Amino acid sequence: MTLDLSLLPDGGVRWLDASGQHSDVVLSTRVRLARNVDGYAFAGRARDGERLRVLAQVREALQRMPAMPESFMVRVDELPAAERAMLFERHLVSRELAGLEAQHPLRSGAAVYLSDGLSVMINEEDHLRMQSLQSGFELRAAYAALDRVDRELGARVPFSYHSEFGFLTACPTNVGTGMRASVLIHLPGLVLTKEIGRVLAGLQQMGLTYRGLYGEGSEVVGNFFQLSNQTTLGRSEEDLLDTLIRVVGHVIDREEEARRVLLRDAGYIIEDKLWRAYGTLRYARSLTFDEAMNYLSGVRLAVGLKLIRGLSVYTLNKLLIFSQAAHLSAAEGRTLTESETNLARARYVRKALEEEAGAVG
Amino acid sequence: MVCDSCHERDAIVNLTSIENNVVRQLHLCEQCAAERGVETSVATPKHPLGQFLEAVQQQTVPASVEAGKCSFCGHTMKDFRETGRMGCARCYVSFEMSMRELLRRVHGAPRHIGRTYHAPREEVFEKAGALGELREKLRRAIEQEQFETAAELRDRIRVLE
Repeated sequence: MTLDLSLLPDGGVRWLDASGQHSDVVLSTRVRLARNVDGYAFAGRARDGERLRVLAQVREALQRMPAMPESFMVRVDELPAAERAMLFERHLVSRELAGLEAQHPLRSGAAVYLSDGLSVMINEEDHLRMQSLQSGFELRAAYAALDRVDRELGARVPFSYHSEFGFLTACPTNVGTGMRASVLIHLPGLVLTKEIGRVLAGLQQMGLTYRGLYGEGSEVVGNFFQLSNQTTLGRSEEDLLDTLIRVVGHVIDREEEARRVLLRDAGYIIEDKLWRAYGTLRYARSLTFDEAMNYLSGVRLAVGLKLIRGLSVYTLNKLLIFSQAAHLSAAEGRTLTESETNLARARYVRKALEEEAGAVG
Repeated sequence: MVCDSCHERDAIVNLTSIENNVVRQLHLCEQCAAERGVETSVATPKHPLGQFLEAVQQQTVPASVEAGKCSFCGHTMKDFRETGRMGCARCYVSFEMSMRELLRRVHGAPRHIGRTYHAPREEVFEKAGALGELREKLRRAIEQEQFETAAELRDRIRVLE
């Protein structure tokens, strides 16, 4: 089996097209629901045959679902590692489903259904991880689209559900609604003004949590944070979404305020620093991933502050995805070493920025 | 790279600060970053839930009560402590007392009040399940060029449909 992501609009990265609300600060919104098919052990405990039966049953149901039009299935368990890594780098599957973690080897029956903005992972830690990805700050729209998938699929496949505990999941931290709603948010202003510690501490008091670019266990890099609900039981989906919307709205306000303060109190220093970031990306010959992320963070901030004009946010967002190791290797048609990857990354970033350089000022 | 503050541990955080109009780049380890109010992704112990559960059980459940196995998947509480994961949906019933207390502590609330759900009637999903399985077998039969088996499977699918 080979992977053809051209079947998806923009190769499955339309959630980065900066079309949603507040897209200069919020890159994307993601909502996911965890569900299990009743009658089987959870995917981590199940035997190969059970997982394949789950896959067959879900596949049958998904083939005729109006909520996921033009979706297609990718048998993740039949892909070579390089292509699984690409799916992961595009945020279309989790690291666990892609079998990229030493403690979670690739599972037989691991698959994903993909359509524009919606996906269903099969045989992840739970039998089903459905997710909705949208550009910008669009929690309600993302949830509404996902809720349709959940209801249609749940009418065709029996989900594990307990009247007291709600939807049952492999990890007790997901029990209840099984919902994790998150926004990927860029907070350089709060980091530079050192307000970030207080803001993150405040989030925890509101029942929210934060992670890095790739969710659970990932490091914060390039000032990108994923903010999400911490708990899933004892509150309704609407209530959880309302809290997140309210708090993220507040964080956006604080970030915008911090950016104003930076411009006011350290205007020329910021301007110089951000143009230097742009200059480095335009001309560097070797870039590590973390370096690229940090300079991209600076350039994003400069575009948000209108210090740099003529550069599209979508271009910058796409660089976050396409300058990752598996994508660079795929573009070169061979597996690159670490130093070759850094050279290829710098080359790729230079070329992408060069294409828009005429308009930049 | 070594931490700019303690000069001992590895630096994992790049902190940019502006003091008196001077920009400074600091490379800090997790601990020194935390001292400056910068939180990094928290390094969690391997299976924190398992440890959590252990504490819960010591307080509320006599050791003998839930020492057994899940009647469906054979998962034990020892498995849960090691992996932090339940084995199947039935585990939540097999170890109900412990799970109720654990969920109450993890989520601060014991009861689901989100969307309610009723599974489809049995014959609906049994048929769907059987059809799905047959189609998967058919796919494999065709792949392996076992055309007699494939024809047989196709007939069975037609009957079900």
